Amino acid sequence: MASDQITLEALGERMANATPQAAALALKVVSVQPGDAAMALPSNPALVGDPETGVLAGGAVTTLLDHVCGLAVSSKVMGAGTIGAIATLDLRIDYMRAAIPGREIIARAHCYHVTHSIAFVRAAAFDDHDEADPVATAQAAFALSSGGETR
Amino acid sequence: MSEDRATRLAELMARIPYVAWLGMRAELAGDEMTAILPFAPDLVGNVYLPALHGGVVGAFLEMTAICQLGVREPLRRLPRTIDVTIEYLRPGRAQTSFARADVRKVGRRIANVHVEAWQEHRATPIAALRGHFMLSPPA
Repeated sequence: MASDQITLEALGERMANATPQAAALALKVVSVQPGDAAMALPSNPALVGDPETGVLAGGAVTTLLDHVCGLAVSSKVMGAGTIGAIATLDLRIDYMRAAIPGREIIARAHCYHVTHSIAFVRAAAFDDHDEADPVATAQAAFALSSGGETR
Repeated sequence: MSEDRATRLAELMARIPYVAWLGMRAELAGDEMTAILPFAPDLVGNVYLPALHGGVVGAFLEMTAICQLGVREPLRRLPRTIDVTIEYLRPGRAQTSFARADVRKVGRRIANVHVEAWQEHRATPIAALRGHFMLSPPA
């Protein structure tokens, strides 16, 4: 990825529409500020993981959380002047409860620390506006590179 | 019987919409299951490499764990994920991925499962998952 400076808006646009898997899930950027991002996953019957309950597959929530964490990291790092490639090192997800079938899922991520080469992020996914009642929470570390190297 | 296991796995996977959405399938040799994720352009997360989306790799690992639990014994309900830790080791290239799950412990209600995914070489995995899954009592 080129290390040219881009706007937050262009970054969000790229994360939602220029990433094939994000486009396939129809992910939308809700908000993006340096180090903070929110994205939405619209309800889609094709993403159901348990046909008896109609509950969304954990994997779809995993992708949403990984993606919104990536956006929070990129938006924080670009604040330092440039944006390079980032790669997830690890991602831990705790599922608090099943998502309510048919609801849009919104995930919010906060990149709370960045070193020269690593970014640390927390995120949570919600199916309503109650911030005290997340569907899932996540903790991730990303490797940063300012050049062409990715891992 | 192995036919029972194969039928159970096929029925389980056919029932889950997200399995079809990912394009995932599986093969069984005795009680050893290999999950297979053919490459598809929609699974890409990084168009520059290109590489599979990290979320897709995590989803594939998690679904492999759930399917392996379904192969092990008949389940009244699908296992529910409690937590997963995914380690990304190498970029998932634009090619077929494979995964195998190792059920480390099954308690009365909770199973611990480790899963590893690879592409060309089993010895150079692209990602690994450790997770806990909530089980319902057997059928």
